[in-house]
Amino acid sequence: MADHAAHVPGLAHHFVNMEQQKEAGTIGMWLFLLTEVMFFGGLFLAYTIYRAKYPDGFLQGSHLLSVQLGGLNTVVLIVSSLTMAMAVYYSQLGERKKVLGFLALTLVLGTVFLVVKYFEYKEKFEHHLFPAHWMYAPAADHPPTQYHGQVQVFLWIYFMMTGLHALHMIIGIGLLLVIMYMAHKGKFTKEYNSPVEIFGLYWHFVDIVWIFLFPLLYLTGFHVGGGH
Amino acid sequence: MAEHTSEHHIVPLKYYFGVFGLLMVLTALTVFVAQFDLEKYWGPLNIIVAMTVAIVKATAVVLIFMHVRWSSKLTQVIIIAGMFWLAILLIMTMGDYLVREGWGVLGVQGPK
Repeated sequence: MADHAAHVPGLAHHFVNMEQQKEAGTIGMWLFLLTEVMFFGGLFLAYTIYRAKYPDGFLQGSHLLSVQLGGLNTVVLIVSSLTMAMAVYYSQLGERKKVLGFLALTLVLGTVFLVVKYFEYKEKFEHHLFPAHWMYAPAADHPPTQYHGQVQVFLWIYFMMTGLHALHMIIGIGLLLVIMYMAHKGKFTKEYNSPVEIFGLYWHFVDIVWIFLFPLLYLTGFHVGGGH
Repeated sequence: MAEHTSEHHIVPLKYYFGVFGLLMVLTALTVFVAQFDLEKYWGPLNIIVAMTVAIVKATAVVLIFMHVRWSSKLTQVIIIAGMFWLAILLIMTMGDYLVREGWGVLGVQGPK
């Protein structure tokens, strides 16, 4: 155990051993993720406050979203979390090819998520539901009602929350490419694979945010008929 | 030295598949339940069911996918402290808003 040696590959000189190094990295990532929890927490708080104030507007606003597409993306992210976990597993065994394979699958699934999100946003844009001065403007198919402004508030919150989440997905895909490059270069071994595992923490965190966004935004109005 | 719980610990794949299965089942469950109007029984019931399912899913991801079940005590305490902080943000703020006049309770029709 007392093998302090500077000659352990992958061990930075300021750490006593690999275990201490891994612990420091893990705690550092968790501290970052907790700042992210507070970052998203502010938006979840805004959601909660406005939902309490405008329950009808939120039910109607939720109706404007597609449960099918939101559900599809939920499944895509869950599968991508599994492939990410498996990439971590094989990195711990030092199986470079499998690590690359599962990271690539994760990359594909993350991209699928963003493509689906793009089509959702595009559809909202075409139906004038995108935040702008003409957002949800009264039209023949949805005449103005007393809930009009409330639905606009819901849509703003929807775009802020899913937009920030999508930004995290885009950053995650960028980081994933870096990790894949490192894996390709053979940087990871049985003994040193913390970057894969620590990136995995980020990826799973982004999945967890979506686990809450999906029911709060998409499913909230699912049980009421009618819309608009 | 006492044995290191985290030393070279590799989580068996069966745990990952188990969590994956749980997440898929709970996703189907939350979509299924959301179709029913539970609010006629009790105002906030829909949101309580949805959030309970989401919290179970998130906990499974944190414990297994993110290895927190096998993490050091220090890491676990840090995470619990963070969740506590989030609870302060949400509960104390809503403790103010929900008792204001003219505000509905979550999921319930507010006074018009």
